[in-house]
Amino acid sequence: MTAEKIHLLVRKVSPQTSVIDIQGEINAFAENALMDAYTQATSNGARQIVLNFSDLDYMNSSGIGLLVTLLIRVNRQKQRLIAYGLSEHYQQIFELTRLNEAIVTYPGEAEALAALN
Amino acid sequence: MNASNPEPEQPEPKPSAWSPPVSRMKVTDVPAGAMNLNVDGMQPVSPLQGFGQMWQKTFKVRLTGVNLTAAEVMDVWKANFPKFQPPENRFYPTMSGLTPGQVVLIDAKVPALPGTPSILPVSTGVLVLYADDTTVTVMTPEGHPESGWNTFSTFEEDGCVVAQCQSLCRPNDPLYEFFNRYMGASGQQDKIWIHVLNSLAEHFGVQGQVTTSKVLVDPKVQWSQAKNIWQNAAIRTVVYFVTAPVRWFRKPAVKENR
Repeated sequence: MTAEKIHLLVRKVSPQTSVIDIQGEINAFAENALMDAYTQATSNGARQIVLNFSDLDYMNSSGIGLLVTLLIRVNRQKQRLIAYGLSEHYQQIFELTRLNEAIVTYPGEAEALAALN
Repeated sequence: MNASNPEPEQPEPKPSAWSPPVSRMKVTDVPAGAMNLNVDGMQPVSPLQGFGQMWQKTFKVRLTGVNLTAAEVMDVWKANFPKFQPPENRFYPTMSGLTPGQVVLIDAKVPALPGTPSILPVSTGVLVLYADDTTVTVMTPEGHPESGWNTFSTFEEDGCVVAQCQSLCRPNDPLYEFFNRYMGASGQQDKIWIHVLNSLAEHFGVQGQVTTSKVLVDPKVQWSQAKNIWQNAAIRTVVYFVTAPVRWFRKPAVKENR
């Protein structure tokens, strides 16, 4: 069975905003790690979640599915999800899967945080 | 580069497992027997663009005793993909097979009412969104009964290869949602994936037990997507059949006018 190859770090950058730094692979086996990171990111009342894809090594179609389920969870809690640091390849994948219509992406952290303020 | 100190040979770049960018689906190669309706020119849609409740359904079968790797099982699955479908659900991959960016045409028949024979034709298709050694994901077009992805995968679990079908979808429009909730269409779709996994298991001589799990990811419907009904592939296919005599009469008339 393919192992979990993801490492997630949650940073609180303001009382309202947490950044989740993603390192490694997002595939079907990343579900628990990603959902745990989301729980941690919102546990202190943060309403804005920022996904940092700068150190993403690989994402397969199951990984894109995980992002959809995370997005629905965020929307149901009336929170906001944005992202930054996607490579050109994964920008294209976001467009192909039409995830870009629901998760706004920015080139870097400064632009992403500025958009939230 | 010189003969005494050759440069190390560069490995061939691995082709991407992802489809190239596709804004509208294009059917370039229609396999014999396929109808090719409701696909050409349609946009692929994700679970975010559909109308109805979003469900994640997972169907699994353990291939106990099969001495193949997960990738070898997937090779067999890909090669026999149309054969493993139920007879009323005909898949037409192109000659290139299940490769990223290819369109697979589908001619299906669905029951009009729960428990009745499958007689209503639905012509549609899917885009191969992603394909690697152990995973194939297809994405539906506008008008398809579901809006989203179906992922077929194989993996090893406790020393046994497992084959899995997983869908993350919403019904595409209010009519499909009604049929899903009240007319048994959802159960009909479940039967298709169970049939596929049972066929795969039987191919390897295994009497597998298909397990099912269903998660309601989003209970809300998206009224902003109710307009999708204009592209409903089931309605369009029925209209195509009903208006066939008009096309038959018009064809000779057009020839005579030339």
